[in-house]
Amino acid sequence: MPDRNTRILLGHGSGGEMMQSLLDDLFLPHFGKPFPEGMADSAVLPVSSLLPVFTTDSYVVDPVFFPGGNIGKIAICGTVNDLAVTGAKPRYISAGFIIEEGLPMATLREIVISMAEEAAKADVKIVTGDTKVVERGKADRLFINTAGIGYMEGRHYHIHRGRKVVPGDKILINGFIGDHSIAVLSARESLNFSTSSFSDCAALGGMIGELLQKSEGVHWMRDVTRGGLATVLCEFAGSAGFGVRLMESAIPVRESVTSACNMLGLDPLYLANEGKVVIVTDGSVADNVLSLIKMHPYGANAAIIGEITGLHPGEVVLQTAIGGSRMVHPMSGEQLPRIC
Amino acid sequence: MDLTAAFREQGRVDKLLRHIRQEAAGEYIFMEVCGGHTTAIQSYGIPGLLPQGIRLISGPGCPVCVTSRSFIDHAVALTGLPEVTVATFGDLVKVPGSESSLEREKAGGADIRIVYSVNEAINLAEKNYERKVVFLAVGFETTAPGTAAGVLDAGRRGIKNFFILSAHKIMPPAMRAVVTGGTQVNGFICPGHVSAITGSGIYLFLPDDFGIGCVISGFEPLDILQSVLMLIRQVNLKRPEVEIQYTRAVKPEGNKRAVLIMNQVFRVSDDWWRGFGTIPGSGLRLRAEYENIDAEKVFPAFAEKNIDEGDCICGEILRGAGTPGECPLFGKVCRPGNPAGACMVSSEGACNVYFKYSRYA
Repeated sequence: MPDRNTRILLGHGSGGEMMQSLLDDLFLPHFGKPFPEGMADSAVLPVSSLLPVFTTDSYVVDPVFFPGGNIGKIAICGTVNDLAVTGAKPRYISAGFIIEEGLPMATLREIVISMAEEAAKADVKIVTGDTKVVERGKADRLFINTAGIGYMEGRHYHIHRGRKVVPGDKILINGFIGDHSIAVLSARESLNFSTSSFSDCAALGGMIGELLQKSEGVHWMRDVTRGGLATVLCEFAGSAGFGVRLMESAIPVRESVTSACNMLGLDPLYLANEGKVVIVTDGSVADNVLSLIKMHPYGANAAIIGEITGLHPGEVVLQTAIGGSRMVHPMSGEQLPRIC
Repeated sequence: MDLTAAFREQGRVDKLLRHIRQEAAGEYIFMEVCGGHTTAIQSYGIPGLLPQGIRLISGPGCPVCVTSRSFIDHAVALTGLPEVTVATFGDLVKVPGSESSLEREKAGGADIRIVYSVNEAINLAEKNYERKVVFLAVGFETTAPGTAAGVLDAGRRGIKNFFILSAHKIMPPAMRAVVTGGTQVNGFICPGHVSAITGSGIYLFLPDDFGIGCVISGFEPLDILQSVLMLIRQVNLKRPEVEIQYTRAVKPEGNKRAVLIMNQVFRVSDDWWRGFGTIPGSGLRLRAEYENIDAEKVFPAFAEKNIDEGDCICGEILRGAGTPGECPLFGKVCRPGNPAGACMVSSEGACNVYFKYSRYA
């Protein structure tokens, strides 16, 4: 393997010959040629009669490899999901790399390969990119920014605004929450615990696209990332003017995540995910929407977890596992481990 | 399989609640001493399930909350010493000292490491032999044996650059202070993990001297509801005693080996608690034979006065004389992201817990 013992040097970000060789040997062979003329600083995209949707996100996950994924996979999935939850079909991605001097070439290659694989799976093209290298110590291994463009059919425009949401609508999630946070935490050297958790990192464009083709019942969607399910639903309740009622016992949480949370003093409702979407659907077709999602591998453990209510507008109330109820607030500060 | 699921089973919860409703007659005030209980009670919405006459109030059982301002000031002073690395549990870094906090010092470049155990701090010292690693030892009988075992372990491993700044405290004297301070309590829900170490005898003074019953409780919803029922029965029968609800973890004699290690390393001393001031015999300090690793002796700092701050009513809340909702700062200027008092800092502090799980203005 030509990567053996080779590392990223400052010259790889210089814009000169070394950078060209990085492009020719690494990026282009994996990302492929999006257009016949190859990849350039700017991509000229085809026109469409559909509504263009544009998003960007930066990825700084530590460590860069963790059970179930790596920073490259997240960089594709995260941006694809940001587009998909608006109701758009994700199409084109840009990738910007900020690399710390000394990063092993093999590490970068592995990350680039998973980006290419994930992009192929999600049916998006990486059409333009950029590479910068900074001195050792000025960045932590690798940061990636991706931006994405998707196209939305007019009939789905209401979704990102939640315009059709009414009391009685049901709330669904496509599977277990918290896996990603716990997988990443377990991969941190400083934390002395091991877990069987794998990140749920997944591009949901396919699953959501199929759902939107088969059902008109989707009223609102949002990917559940930093801040967790609690924060996403609180933001929604705050902007929608309705209340949210959640059923604790219906929310899918793996036992391994529950135990890790108990040990570390964390609440699964606030854990980050990378392959979860919360969907508000017409109450009368909720079971149908649930079965459609369950047909997809990324939705196999989907569940109806609550409903929209006209009571307590702006608030999220959780019915606890023992029948009590309590408020759910957006994440405030950060979750800290318990000490006694 | 989830071994704790049985402790949340709806059928059993309903049955207990039925008994509680049937047997409760009049007003009861029960104090849950431990922050872990406060968290369980609020996060499961237990108060809303109980009859109106039963009030659960929080007590002084959150170690971060009761830690003195001068301890934080001492720790902050340590971070100013060029050869010192401070190792601490995460909850402590945000607690405001007189002029700064560990969090603020860390942002300014001080060498402060968050650890999850004393062992991690010892390993840190072993790896960085040129640094003097000071572990901020806080917590009750639950964590003190761990610190003590760490002290012995570091000695066995010949690690010379590991030090302890102890704010370890013990629970019973603070509960005595709650009662003698005038807070009206009809029964205590006692921390199960404390008694897992020190047994059930430590609370005998409550029924004997004050006629107040105690139930040593586990942390699942069914544990707490059962403990409430046991306390109601004690009050109704006017037969206060120390009962163990948490029998799956607590033996009357406790964990003798852990107590032995704790007593080998620590001696009982007077200590200062937020909300109470100095409580006789409530602290644990290193014994004289360990003074070479006692940061209080090796790195003395000017002791600041322990003054409670302005409008913050942390002190009253820790004594059970006030609730978070009664504090003028609660949920307004004082929030987890910007805590005015210690009870909002710790994840098991009463204000933090109430903020997370209840409705606030």
